[in-house]
Amino acid sequence: MPYLGSEDAVKELKKALCNPHIQADRLRYRNVIQRVIRMPGVQEYIQQPVLNGLRDKASYVRRVAVLGCAKMHNLHGDSEVDGALVNELYSLLRDQDPIVVVNCLRSLEEILKQEGGVVINKPIAHHLLNRMSKLDQWGQAEVLNFLLRYQPRSEEELFDILNLLDSYLKSSSTGVVMGATKLFLILAKKFPHVQIDVLVRIKGPLLAACSSDSRELSFAALCQVRQILHSLPGHFSNHYKKFFCSYSEPHYIKLQKVEVLCELVNDENVQQVLEELRGYCTDVSADFAQAAIFAIGSIAKTYTDQCVQILTELLGLRQEHITTVVVQTFRDLVWLCPQCTEAVCQALPGCEENIQDSEGKQALIWLLGVHGEKIPNAPYVLEDFVENVKSETFPAVKMELLTALMRLFLSRPAECQDMLGRLLYYCIEEEKDMAVRDRGLFYYRLLLVGIDEVKQILCSPKSDPSLRLLEDQAERPVNSWALDFNTLAPVYGKAHWAVISKCQKAERHDSELPTNASFAISGHLVPEENKKVQEPPESEALMLVPNLQLSAEYFEKTWLSLKVAHQQVFPWQGEVQPDTLQMALKVVNIQTIAMSRPGAQPWKAYLSAQDDTGCQFLTELLLEPENSEMQISVKQSEARTETLPGFISVLETVIGTIGDIKS
Amino acid sequence: MISQFFILSSKGDPLIYKDFRGDSGGRDVAELFYRKLTGLPGDESPVVMHHDDRHFIHIRHSGLYLVATTSENVSPFSLLELLSRLATLLGDYCGSLNEETISRNVALVYELLDEVLDYGYVQTTSTEILRNFIQTEAVVSKPFSLFDLSSVGLFGAETQQNKVAPSSAASRPVLSSRSDQTQKNEVFLDVVERLSVLIASNGSLLKVDVQGEIRLKSFLPSGSEMRIGLTEEFCVGKSELRGYGPGIRVDEVSFHSSVNLDEFESHRILRLQPPQGELTVMRYQLSDDLSSPLPFRLFPSVQWDRGSGRLQIYLKLRCDLPPKSQALNIRLHLPLPRGVVSLSQELSSPDQKAELGEGALHWDLPRVQGGSQLSGLFQMDVPGLQGPPNHGPSASAAPLGLGPASLSFELPRHTCSGLQVRFLRVSFSPSGNANPHKWVRHLSHSDAYVIRI
Repeated sequence: MPYLGSEDAVKELKKALCNPHIQADRLRYRNVIQRVIRMPGVQEYIQQPVLNGLRDKASYVRRVAVLGCAKMHNLHGDSEVDGALVNELYSLLRDQDPIVVVNCLRSLEEILKQEGGVVINKPIAHHLLNRMSKLDQWGQAEVLNFLLRYQPRSEEELFDILNLLDSYLKSSSTGVVMGATKLFLILAKKFPHVQIDVLVRIKGPLLAACSSDSRELSFAALCQVRQILHSLPGHFSNHYKKFFCSYSEPHYIKLQKVEVLCELVNDENVQQVLEELRGYCTDVSADFAQAAIFAIGSIAKTYTDQCVQILTELLGLRQEHITTVVVQTFRDLVWLCPQCTEAVCQALPGCEENIQDSEGKQALIWLLGVHGEKIPNAPYVLEDFVENVKSETFPAVKMELLTALMRLFLSRPAECQDMLGRLLYYCIEEEKDMAVRDRGLFYYRLLLVGIDEVKQILCSPKSDPSLRLLEDQAERPVNSWALDFNTLAPVYGKAHWAVISKCQKAERHDSELPTNASFAISGHLVPEENKKVQEPPESEALMLVPNLQLSAEYFEKTWLSLKVAHQQVFPWQGEVQPDTLQMALKVVNIQTIAMSRPGAQPWKAYLSAQDDTGCQFLTELLLEPENSEMQISVKQSEARTETLPGFISVLETVIGTIGDIKS
Repeated sequence: MISQFFILSSKGDPLIYKDFRGDSGGRDVAELFYRKLTGLPGDESPVVMHHDDRHFIHIRHSGLYLVATTSENVSPFSLLELLSRLATLLGDYCGSLNEETISRNVALVYELLDEVLDYGYVQTTSTEILRNFIQTEAVVSKPFSLFDLSSVGLFGAETQQNKVAPSSAASRPVLSSRSDQTQKNEVFLDVVERLSVLIASNGSLLKVDVQGEIRLKSFLPSGSEMRIGLTEEFCVGKSELRGYGPGIRVDEVSFHSSVNLDEFESHRILRLQPPQGELTVMRYQLSDDLSSPLPFRLFPSVQWDRGSGRLQIYLKLRCDLPPKSQALNIRLHLPLPRGVVSLSQELSSPDQKAELGEGALHWDLPRVQGGSQLSGLFQMDVPGLQGPPNHGPSASAAPLGLGPASLSFELPRHTCSGLQVRFLRVSFSPSGNANPHKWVRHLSHSDAYVIRI
């Protein structure tokens, strides 16, 4: 409406707004309020008609007027909250028209945003609950969301509310069912059995949504299923067939389904699930085929033999995109499950012809280097790589090749000596990539020092079953995600959501940064560490024994047998740099048993320490991607509470210092 | 709370754009959305996307993108449901939903959006209530079609076609012109079932899933009441028993909130006062326990000569429907090993068609009569697969990468669960004309009927 800008038009409009008849025609009223309200300079004339509209006889006018209040408030921006208006809106919550009631809630929420939104007290909550049946599905979903902030006073009241809500779990609208479920989960946060019960009851609607006609809805439902599976791994195991893919489905749904299948696998359905997944491995889409192979790899951590057999069969296809992923899966698997090494070594010969990409080559070369003594033709395969090293484009492959050949040289010196010499010569004299050249020089000098030193450095363990402790998805309590239920968080996926919420947080925290920044400049980590640790020695005279060496197996056994003695969260920003942390912990005599690789989500680390009385402290550090906190859980081998605070404070200092330096 | 809503054509042209809150971006948001959508990496889902504090949530409906943006962490289920409801609503008012009807009815669409959403909040989505506020009339396009010509009739003589509902009859706007008093009193009731099946290579049934719904599209004046009688042997849940014999059993049923279930327990009758427009009266699911036999069986036999790389597939498709029924638009999709070249075929009847595409064999059968059996013999060369078979079983076993076969088809006048509508009666009509045209259709279809080979 460009003509509204002119003087005349504004004058005309003023006249129209003062006209009492304008409210007689509800359509015209609504149009005036809706369209004109954003025009600059006419707000003062709008105010009175809006306030009159709140008391209009026609419910249609009241609906528009109630939302008009919110619009007016947001337009003024700086204006203070008008107490009388707020009171009037609160009283309109008792309106006859259900849409007016819901609009009142929305309007109050916007007007009172600064003060934390609309307040739901007991009378309002009960009133809303009683009006629920009169609302349409959109209203119901929204009111259920508002009710989340109500805290029932007594257990009796809580169960009364849950009973009232029961029928909404059966609603034909998925939105209402999910809203009601979330309210159940939040209200019953102290009653785990009620929570489980609710999740069992919405299985039907959720599964129906998963196979719904609307792909978008079924995608959202699948994401929600994955979230539930984190806490209740067996929840959907009987319904695994519902998650089989059909070829006409879009890619993003297939990937979700494969993830779900991985998570619900158990002794009874593993055969069928694997058979289905094997079908996907030959899919026309290379991406989907690779996802399916990785999925089999992750099931292999539990059902190793069957999976290795399937993966070996896939190598027979001689397809590049399949072979490379299979070999990568083998590499990860051998590291976690050493019992499958034999089978993997038998499957490897011949693979090298079908691998062209960097990742696949690295995996194959690593396997040949570490387990070369079990693969008869390993030196000849590596020799081919050495021959063609000049035309190799990826520096990472060359580095891997150097290390692998050094390792193989230790176990099969006769076959490797000549080509190792050639490779080292090439790397040092001709290679242009500095990292590769340095690595070559390093190995060359190492060899000069003597074979024993080489062995000490290169013969690291060939597998690490204790890593499974890190990878194992511990069952997380329902309460840890109840707040995220029925929001966008599960739909984006955990990692992506963490990035999004971090961006939003960063914007908010921009102003607070300078205070931290000054600290970050202030010098070295270690000296400061010492100072701080030594400061509070008098607390409980805790002395940690230096150079404690616990084996990973021992740690795992002890860890599982003990109860958590203390749990606490420390503030933390950003990612962890394991090296720095490990060094800092070593300074205070805390040994690091295992750590996730940097950037893993969730990031975990296991630490151990022992004091002079022989009491061991086992610690888990857990960094969840979405919240900026480091959670520590400490277990003690002897229940001696007096030394615990001392240990916690040492940990706190280290984590505090590292965290500050990071940010 | 929705900040903006827009509709894009399949090529990304904005057709409708509406900003509800004036707090963000501008029209170029629509363009941004399309750029993000097309540039998305393969492993990310396009359903929800994020840019600059703004979430884009969209559905695809008949080739159009219906997109909402919001800055709050809303319930994805409610928002997706709202978008599909909007799609139905626009379909109700414009006759059908596609690029052409939207661009012809821009004014009407904006008017609807104004009523449905205020300041980004849903007000009402009921076709009935909205009727009171909508002034604009839909512009209906009448595409030229041979079907229309054929129903004109020779010298005005009444032809058989007049008694059959034309397929386009249901796709007209609810709100046809007020002045038009000759408006037809019509009501369409569809029982639609979607079947998904998985059959193992030895022929045993691994999974059956039926998703059914009863859809009503009513053009009757509002306030009319109707009764829908379902098969009396219809049982819900595993334990209920009705009538003689196995009955017609479904696992779960949910009804639209406006359905009156007083007579459901005793006589399986649903009573309702349908608003004009489309309405899903009932939804039901059934899995793993089907009373009627499956519509299709496939008997494949595969011969593979490793040495020459020659692959021969003989497919026999048997239709187990009753002889009077038939299946339409059957399409068999069979993924083949990589590198297949040259297809030669021998099909059992001339109207069938087979071709290679996207690494798979497509076999199209326009129509299969119940009880009949069709076959196709396909021969192809797979040069990439030959070579030294280190560890293969016998030479004639199927190569990896072949199958599973999936079928898609339609079964008119057939429901897999056996559910039928016994009667549809309009028990009360405010206009006094209690004899409207009633059309009841039953249809099963499937796009995931998978048979492993």
